Amino acid sequence: MDITSDSHGKHISEQFNHELDALKTHLLAMGGLVEKQLQDAVTALLEGDSETATRVRDNDKAVNDMQLKIDDECTRVLARRQPAASDLRLVLAVIRATSDLERIGDESSKIARNAISLVENGQSPRGMVEVRHLSQHVRSMVRDSLTAFARFDTDLALKVLREDASVDLEYQSAMRSLMTFMMEDARQITPVLNVMWILRALERIGDHADNLAEYVIFLVKGVDVRHTDTHDLKPQDLDKK
Amino acid sequence: MRRDSEQPKPQLFLQETPARPAEDICLETRHLSLDYQARVGKENQTRRALEDVSLQIARKRVTAFIGPSGCGKSSLLRTFNRMTDLDEQSRLSGKVLLEGEDIHARGVDVPMLRRRIGMVFQTPNPFPMSVYENVAFGLRLVGENDKRHLDDKVESCLRSAALWEEVKDRLHDSALGLSGGQQQRLVIARTLAVEPEVLLLDEPASALDPISTLKIEELIRSLRSRLTLIIVTHNMQQAARVSDDTAFLHEGRLVEFAPTDQLFTNPRRRQTEDYITGRFG
Repeated sequence: MDITSDSHGKHISEQFNHELDALKTHLLAMGGLVEKQLQDAVTALLEGDSETATRVRDNDKAVNDMQLKIDDECTRVLARRQPAASDLRLVLAVIRATSDLERIGDESSKIARNAISLVENGQSPRGMVEVRHLSQHVRSMVRDSLTAFARFDTDLALKVLREDASVDLEYQSAMRSLMTFMMEDARQITPVLNVMWILRALERIGDHADNLAEYVIFLVKGVDVRHTDTHDLKPQDLDKK
Repeated sequence: MRRDSEQPKPQLFLQETPARPAEDICLETRHLSLDYQARVGKENQTRRALEDVSLQIARKRVTAFIGPSGCGKSSLLRTFNRMTDLDEQSRLSGKVLLEGEDIHARGVDVPMLRRRIGMVFQTPNPFPMSVYENVAFGLRLVGENDKRHLDDKVESCLRSAALWEEVKDRLHDSALGLSGGQQQRLVIARTLAVEPEVLLLDEPASALDPISTLKIEELIRSLRSRLTLIIVTHNMQQAARVSDDTAFLHEGRLVEFAPTDQLFTNPRRRQTEDYITGRFG
């Protein structure tokens, strides 16, 4: 049975409503923080701003702390409430989502570290166009997957899943052209490698956004679409399963 | 009890019962409805306890009936061994089939039926006699008097009911001296002695402490290798723990019947969802 974003109210236990609401609110707050980390890391990189990059690197601890806090809340709800059906799916989806958000945080801080290294050792002559393009793409995926979580919107989640394929293509083509460039000019290997790490981090962030979208589908429809071919899933496929 | 053979009404609720081959079905209801007379003030009023319930219960599995008070889950259980006969005013339509045979048909040997379909109630009801005699009671009734055979049978039933180790040194003490949980397991052992095919359990653990409850649940799981079990329970976690299939009833109707794993993680009906997650329905 499909559920909507207000489905978790209406328990006979008012306190249980509050606990589940808190899980959702805290998850979305963590999502907001991670989105900001990603945005700052990319801005720092594109503008060569090592001060912002340093701040992103140091902020990663705040993201980790939020993961611990939300996981702890989930453990408490499981132990005390023994949730069932959509309540259980919410708790499971939140536990899974915090782990992916934390990884997005890690990747953002990797981007920040590479940005610092580029500022210190000289910018790469190639790859920044690809970085800009790919980063826009994965940022919109992260934003959409969080919005899908907030609204229990499976159509938006499906859109995120479809986009991941084009992120993968962009990433592969960027890697190919940077490899060719390195072969032509060996002196630029160090900065180009930094850019490649950054592209790799962005691609991984796309994968994590993809996971978040899968959890939204699990939460709303009760269908686990992990490890299936999700790139061309249609809304009606979710009801058939 | 009167029976009538009115035409079954069309099913109002779509049911997603687990599809099963006919040979796996032990007990089945077809368009089962049950009315009873309730005294309201000075008048008798007809109330409907069950409305057009059709479901198929699989052999050697544990099936749980859940639902709010008055939803008909105990009434449904009681139709399975004709306990509903005890109320002369009640009226039943539709069919209950045990291995394909209508148990409410004329000419059915009811005591024999109740041997095949045993029942255990909420409050343990051991007979006021020794532990041994409680278990041997049913066997003596069917003419078994051989001492050695009785001894063996009592021991094996008490072992099956996970009670042997606790009572083997006090077999000839009064059963009323046992704890509530032990009494309930003794009652199950007494039922097992006549080798029923189906065991009906009506809130078997709701009067017991948590440890005794777990022992009863463990016993239910272990018995499913040899007979079909149907349990009525208010405790949803208990249904989730012990059963293979769960039926949710509401206001006399079968709302949803599905494998327990599915019903407790992704129910198909809003009413089921609201009930198992503790929401206002």
